[in-house]
Amino acid sequence: MAKTKVLERKPLTFAEKTFIPQIIGGLKTTFGTMLKKGVTLQYPEERPVIPNNYRGVPTLVKDPNGREKCVSCQLCEFVCPPKAIRITPGEIDAEAEPDRAHVEKAPKEFDINMLRCIYCGLCQEVCPEEAIFLQDIFSLSGYSREEMVNNKAKLYELGGTLPDKHLKWDKKKAAESAGNAH
Amino acid sequence: MATTKEITIGDVNARASELETELQGETMALNVGPSHPTTHGVLRLMMELDGDVVKKCEPVLGYLHRGDEKIAENMTYNQFVPYTDRLDYLAPLANNVAYAMAVEKLAALEVPERCQSIRVLCCELARISSHLLGVGVYGMDAGAWTVFMFTFTEREKLYTLFEELTGARFTTSYTRIGGVARDIPEGWLGRVLEFCKGVLPVLDQVDKLLTRNRIFMDRTVGVGAISKEDAIAYGITGPNLRACGVDLDLRKDKPYLGYEKYDFDVPIGTNGDCYDRYLMRAEEIRQSVRIVRQCIDQFPEGAYYAEDAKKIFAPNKAKVLTSMEELIQNFMIVTEGPQVPAGEVYFEAENPKGALGFFVVSKGGGVPYRLKIRGPSFCNLSILDKLIPGHYLTDITVILGSLDFVMGECDR
Ligand code: SF4
Ligand code: SF4
Repeated sequence: MAKTKVLERKPLTFAEKTFIPQIIGGLKTTFGTMLKKGVTLQYPEERPVIPNNYRGVPTLVKDPNGREKCVSCQLCEFVCPPKAIRITPGEIDAEAEPDRAHVEKAPKEFDINMLRCIYCGLCQEVCPEEAIFLQDIFSLSGYSREEMVNNKAKLYELGGTLPDKHLKWDKKKAAESAGNAH
Repeated sequence: MATTKEITIGDVNARASELETELQGETMALNVGPSHPTTHGVLRLMMELDGDVVKKCEPVLGYLHRGDEKIAENMTYNQFVPYTDRLDYLAPLANNVAYAMAVEKLAALEVPERCQSIRVLCCELARISSHLLGVGVYGMDAGAWTVFMFTFTEREKLYTLFEELTGARFTTSYTRIGGVARDIPEGWLGRVLEFCKGVLPVLDQVDKLLTRNRIFMDRTVGVGAISKEDAIAYGITGPNLRACGVDLDLRKDKPYLGYEKYDFDVPIGTNGDCYDRYLMRAEEIRQSVRIVRQCIDQFPEGAYYAEDAKKIFAPNKAKVLTSMEELIQNFMIVTEGPQVPAGEVYFEAENPKGALGFFVVSKGGGVPYRLKIRGPSFCNLSILDKLIPGHYLTDITVILGSLDFVMGECDR
């Protein structure tokens, strides 16, 4: 059985009907607040503190050795609810990274349309390579629609390098040189 | 040209009927909205006024229709979570939870205790944030700007907490089918308690400024009274229903998420007028603070998602990166969606605005066949054409504010 509590409604007393207690109370509030510290922030001179794991603009990251982490599996493209991501898969340049070429793939093009993105973070959540991260950029603007589409170069520039616990390729190499690949 | 009419002197009735049309004058049609500050969103009211009194009022809805129910049919259950943020966008966390619970009910999945407690916290904090806005904006509607500033300062603190928990202030997208997106951060519970400590004095302050304020009372007492019978007949739920004196609270009547463990009261009103609805929200914030405190007191350890639901909740990220089986599982859950058996289910949760219900029809697999959303604001607004006629035009602002609806969930 629900435990209820009936809301009290007391009629106004004579003093309250004269408005005077309310006016005094109101003025007290006004002067009290004048003496308190302000709660607002002088944006953009002052910036709010962004907590860890904030969901800002999605970016692509490289591992500490400068390798692209994204393998172009297109899972993020699939999951993105508003379909903001467009990926064209490509090959890894065999000259630059001979051991990774023909083993993994890399995106040829990777566009995120920031006019569509809703910052939901699903792309980061599903990525099996920890290659896409929503970082702390929260205000972005542009003069044209094209400008709001982040291409691959821009995404890597925004993303930078994040510390990586796994360093998959280094481990693989170490295993290979120790004679037990795969 | 003046026309003359002959009336026999003794025929009083004939004279009266002749004069009546002249005395009544013309009625005026007035359109308020769809974008008007008092309508709190894109609600349009077509009204017929006789002088200052509203004779007829017809709410026109649908300006914010986005086809959410149809969108849901084209994506997996988890992908729809961000869309539920945009139903009642003043309490997105509560919507996330209600949606996830509906799908879990269909999958007959029990989430672990810790997950339940996290969800209870989410729901109650969302309720506090929604009601803080409700009370503040209501004060503003009635001409008391200060209250709005106070409650918004508090709400801002709450949003900072949400930001830390979910990564976003507003569009939280926090739940997943079978759990939540991530565990609570270090020290977060302490900060929630601190917020609870801070919000009660602010409520007292609001009390001092509004509850006994004669201007506010003159504008709200006895205005927009809804009778118990009407409230039930029109399907009103939530604080608006309880203000009429009906003690229906799904948290008590059909407990979910372990609400039966918590000790709290259900406030009910006596008159069902605007003043009662205001008192209601203020009191509900206090009750929610009680629940939050109890919840944090006995916060369970354990997993924040259902670990045994291998086909529903995506595996741990560290495992996905290192183990083949989990990697495949991750791909399956993302592309096929959380696997839910065929069937139908209706689940409704007590949201800040009322009972938010989800009716899910599944033919098996990870995509709903049909998803129907019962938005409480929609039902709460249905009474407008009965409630508003007979009131002054200036009361409309107060009545609309007191109903505290959100068009995002009304139009879906
Ligand atoms: S954050 Fe969400 S909307 Fe934005 S790109 Fe990632 S998945 Fe798409
Ligand atoms: S960012 Fe991640 S999910 Fe997206 S294509 Fe690259 S590896 Fe796959």
